[in-house]
Amino acid sequence: MTLTDLANPTRFLALTTRILPWLAGATAILLAIGLYQSAMAPDDYQQGATVKIMFIHVPNAWLSMFVWGVMSIAALGTLVWRHPLADVAAKSAAPIGAAFTFLALVTGSLWGRPMWGTYWEWDARLTSVLILFLMYLGLMALWRAVEDPSRAARAAAVLTLVGAINIPIIKFSVDWWNTLHQPASVFRAGGPTLDKAFLWPLLVMAIAFSLLFITLHLAAMRNEILRRRVRSLQMMQASRTAVIGEAKEMGAA
Amino acid sequence: MTRKQRRLTLIGCALAVLAIAAGLVLNALRDSIVFFSTPSMVAEKHIGPGKRFRLGGLVETGSVKRGDNLAVTFTVADGGATLPVAFKGILPDLFREGQGVVAEGALDASGVFRADTVLAKHDETYMPKEVADALKKQGHWKDDYGKPGAQPSASAAPTQGAMR
Repeated sequence: MTLTDLANPTRFLALTTRILPWLAGATAILLAIGLYQSAMAPDDYQQGATVKIMFIHVPNAWLSMFVWGVMSIAALGTLVWRHPLADVAAKSAAPIGAAFTFLALVTGSLWGRPMWGTYWEWDARLTSVLILFLMYLGLMALWRAVEDPSRAARAAAVLTLVGAINIPIIKFSVDWWNTLHQPASVFRAGGPTLDKAFLWPLLVMAIAFSLLFITLHLAAMRNEILRRRVRSLQMMQASRTAVIGEAKEMGAA
Repeated sequence: MTRKQRRLTLIGCALAVLAIAAGLVLNALRDSIVFFSTPSMVAEKHIGPGKRFRLGGLVETGSVKRGDNLAVTFTVADGGATLPVAFKGILPDLFREGQGVVAEGALDASGVFRADTVLAKHDETYMPKEVADALKKQGHWKDDYGKPGAQPSASAAPTQGAMR
């Protein structure tokens, strides 16, 4: 099976029907292991038990950026190859990405109150992530504002690629400017500054959240494909009744 | 060149231009994007009394003095310069000597920074308590926390952005 076969919506539906249960099962198992390890993780020498918020916050924050990356690749598929499945992939990823971003903002805020002494400050990292969240919402609105799906896809793809500029800004904001938010602990030059006791649960949670995204995304893409089929069937039905109606009128006249 | 290649090139060029534009804007706004100024930056910029800004740096070891009614004074250092800070209120849990802080307020006529908000800055090191204690016992404790004269780790000092 090649990539072009997968891009066929019917083949895609058949394949996802088979793999979705396995993906969902793997997600549930990894999430259970990750949550257990997170709960069992020791207290931090400075933060105490508050460190446990990190195991939810960091995977959400990573995924919020990763999902925009996925949408950007799909946007290229829409603009360059004009592929309808790319439209479907981009459209169904946006609400999931928005949810991850929202959770990253909320959990970060709850961590910030006891640690920094504030729920919210307008520093470069926090502000750029808030912009990401607003762009997710804007993208979802744009998808719904244009009725024709392929025209909506092209407009949304342009917005997605423009918004992709924000991703490196989020990632490097803590290095380029001095911020209240701490610099990267895991993906940094010189290796992680996270003790192994925290690194393992975090990695398991990150893989679990990634699998969760793939599962939700494939399921949402299936729904979107079926929704589009229903739409085109309705259009066909409507045009057929219109034709029959016209013919009847012609006969009556 | 096929149509697809042409579209791809066009998108690539547009994104490159956009990235450069964003880079220039962010570079121009650098001074307002930085969340706080360090004591060296304050000395450099000659910020006058009464002008509000955020001051960031490490709380100098041995400088914290508590007075009556939650009044506290301490010195913020960034390796280059220091600035005395006066604050009245409840300090965040993470506040201690050697720890990064961000204070919001203004300088008074005598050159003391009168803060009305003090936030603690957390560094990127995460370690279980037992590991930290063990390191301290073995004398491998690399940074701060109450050891006079100890070099603060580069990561704990919130000054790296300002150095660039």
